[in-house]
Amino acid sequence: MTWMLIVDIVSWILILAGSAFTIIGAVGTMRFPDFWSRLHAASVSESAGMLLLITGMCLQSGLTLVTVKLLIIAAFILITGPTSTHAVANAALTSGEKPKSDVIGEGDV
Amino acid sequence: MFLAAAIALFVSMILVLARLYAGPTVYDRVLAVNSFGTLTVLFIAVLGFLNGRPDFLDIAILYALINFVGTIAILKFFRYRTLGDVPQANKNKGRD
Repeated sequence: MTWMLIVDIVSWILILAGSAFTIIGAVGTMRFPDFWSRLHAASVSESAGMLLLITGMCLQSGLTLVTVKLLIIAAFILITGPTSTHAVANAALTSGEKPKSDVIGEGDV
Repeated sequence: MFLAAAIALFVSMILVLARLYAGPTVYDRVLAVNSFGTLTVLFIAVLGFLNGRPDFLDIAILYALINFVGTIAILKFFRYRTLGDVPQANKNKGRD
């Protein structure tokens, strides 16, 4: 019986941590000064928040079909998240949106 | 517990919408739409757990895919001014 309790508590902690990361990412997307730092903040909520939330839900649902679907969702978001972030960054860079501190030298994008 | 997660996701969706509205450049808006889509996927999954309906997760899977395709379509349109096959003239416009 205590085993169920432990799994419940662990999944609650994971879910709360995941939603906390989601809020942190959203606040970061809102408050950061320019596009490039917002890019970083948005992917915080996408990767960390998503992973913790889905792991917490997987623990809640145990070894059923629901867990398989949750893992499929996690796999899709892990694959498409960074890809779309890269696509946005690449599109912004090629259209002349320079990062503010241009460390990589002047104009050799 | 899922209610707390649903409220947290709802708050972050509102914040991302605020960024979508305020975003100066178009790429901020694309970023906000992409982030909003991922948050919607998580929100659907949490609602599925909240209402005890496991079939919500199929909707979440579908939405995760469509969100990605939508983001890439928007970017392609802003890059090449067309969604179909790119005419030679638009190929390296704005890159020179």
